[in-house]
Amino acid sequence: MSEPITEGTTTVPDIDLPGDAFDALLAAVSTVSGDEPSEGPAIDFEGLRVESRGETTVVEVDGERFEAGSERELHEVAADNAAFVTNWHFFERVAGEGTPRRAFVRWLEAAEERSVGERYAALATGVVREWGQLRVTATVTDRGERRYDVRHLEDAGVPIDELDRHEDPRDARDIVTFDPDGRYRPLKTAPSLRGGWVFSALDHREMYEVVETVYPATVANWHREREGRLDVDHWRETMGRQSGIYGVVQTWDRGEGHEHVNWVAEACCADSQCLKRREWEYDNETDLDVDGGDGVFPCREPCSLVVSAARKWTRLEGETERTYEFELTPSEKEQLEALIDAVADGRTEEIREADLRDPANRYRARFLRAKRLDADGNLCGVPTDDE
Amino acid sequence: MQSLVILAHGSHLNPDSSAPTYAHADTIRASEAFDEVRTGFWKEEPHLREVLRTVEGDEIYVVPLFISEGYFTEEVIPRELRLAGWDVAEWDSDGISADQATLVAEDIGREVHYCGPVGTHRAMSDVIVRRAESVTDDPDVGEGFGLAVVGHGTERNENSAKAIEYHADRIRERGRFDEVRTLYMDEEPEVDDLPEHFESEDVVLVPLFIADGYHTQEDIPEDVGLCEDYRDGYDVPTAVDGTRIWYAGAVGTEPLMADVILERAADAGADLNDALATVRETTRVATGD
Repeated sequence: MSEPITEGTTTVPDIDLPGDAFDALLAAVSTVSGDEPSEGPAIDFEGLRVESRGETTVVEVDGERFEAGSERELHEVAADNAAFVTNWHFFERVAGEGTPRRAFVRWLEAAEERSVGERYAALATGVVREWGQLRVTATVTDRGERRYDVRHLEDAGVPIDELDRHEDPRDARDIVTFDPDGRYRPLKTAPSLRGGWVFSALDHREMYEVVETVYPATVANWHREREGRLDVDHWRETMGRQSGIYGVVQTWDRGEGHEHVNWVAEACCADSQCLKRREWEYDNETDLDVDGGDGVFPCREPCSLVVSAARKWTRLEGETERTYEFELTPSEKEQLEALIDAVADGRTEEIREADLRDPANRYRARFLRAKRLDADGNLCGVPTDDE
Repeated sequence: MQSLVILAHGSHLNPDSSAPTYAHADTIRASEAFDEVRTGFWKEEPHLREVLRTVEGDEIYVVPLFISEGYFTEEVIPRELRLAGWDVAEWDSDGISADQATLVAEDIGREVHYCGPVGTHRAMSDVIVRRAESVTDDPDVGEGFGLAVVGHGTERNENSAKAIEYHADRIRERGRFDEVRTLYMDEEPEVDDLPEHFESEDVVLVPLFIADGYHTQEDIPEDVGLCEDYRDGYDVPTAVDGTRIWYAGAVGTEPLMADVILERAADAGADLNDALATVRETTRVATGD
């Protein structure tokens, strides 16, 4: 989902100017109004412009001009325009500069596309973004502070009381370790995140930690990509630097094309297996023929699971093909194909025990085994190697 | 802004592999010695390749949570972090004396302090002893006890045995345990024959591994004879051929490991205030009074 969703109606909320935001504003003004005549405004950020001119502070909000001759008057102006002041304070003093974290919180509320007024109106009811299987809702309190709710996409409409509530971002570690069936998740970006939980009322750092725990380094890579400096390492480079027990993967590329890498990408990197959008190709000049997926965050090089799998396939694919002869009925041939599909799509658990129409049904598979595999497990009694 | 990055192996198969890394990171976070503490893995995420880009600080200390100096600390990690100009000579180590190297990590274009692994730091000896205290639930354990320090062996890396001998020597010199011996999984003297190598009735067995997994949970308990099949479990202690064996599991799960991580960073110049004392205190074995 590229567009943020705004929930509910939109009117700019009343914000009580918090003391820390006003103190920060005063500090900014006093920093540039020392002995030296100031060069330019103390603040110039998203519709808020504050400039010190001698005893007077000139404040412009969305082009409207105010003059304050005292701290009390300045407070009055700031309080009347608290959305702008708290917006400046949050991004320029709380979120800080230049980090992927800042870029992410700005993206969450579409800060580059919407004015402060539009944003605060939207934040008053909640702005929703999706990040992998996460649903992040940004809101603003009546003191202008950002608050975030993070939950599973599937729990979008679930009342908060019906979810397990968490406050410590580190709790997310337990959530990401096992899938809904209790199996270990070796790949954090696999689309197997379990639901039923919510982190609510987080500040922006806590929210960021949850996202970083669920999908490590995805924000950093997304940020680099947006700035046009994502460092992609293609298949050839990545395999080329492997060593130790993984060094063997280099021998899989034999200058005979990249079809084997197409198969790897189709097997491991499809959206059904990983939510990262594959940006790596065979090499700098040779794209793979398989789609990279639609994920919001990029994949910049074959991951450790792909490298491990490639090691296995390098050995298996080193074997020479040979011709076997099997006697099968047409339905049995199709059943073997269906069994491969069922395992590859992770569908075996959902096939009902008595659904004999499904070729991957357990009884159907057991019947095939009873009929076609001999005591040594050889299909149709045909040995794998010559006797 | 001072950052700590802890690097570990991790696993595609074993969910417990990363648990000690996270636990020690949390202990160090609580000590507030660093503005941020990040973790990176060879087999989990964030990968070694991408962990540095998740770091915001400008004074970055990288500590490998590995037992010995060798393939991972000298080749894999420097390569994956893209440490410009890395050469193992930077550590000027005899296999157990790595300190740190300050190099630019090309991934982020900033300098990092790349420290030696926790396993060869002198403070690791204290963790082995603390592990013995933990498993016996006795902060004064020693008299009447033997200590077996167990390692994988030299199959792939001779420094692996060096680290084990180093700590065993140091602990032996303290005279706290009646006897201290080193045993190995794949070379002589073998852990399988533990009772033959000890005269003490009670022996604490501490495997020098970072995380519990196949070796510490399946191999060693079966090889030593604590159980026929690891799935059946075993008691602590378990008597084998007349020796009561107190099996401690991976030393890396001991909370005091956080202290060694801090020591590594401190040796590389990190400003820790009183974090070392705090961590030593908070990870202590209760005396029971």
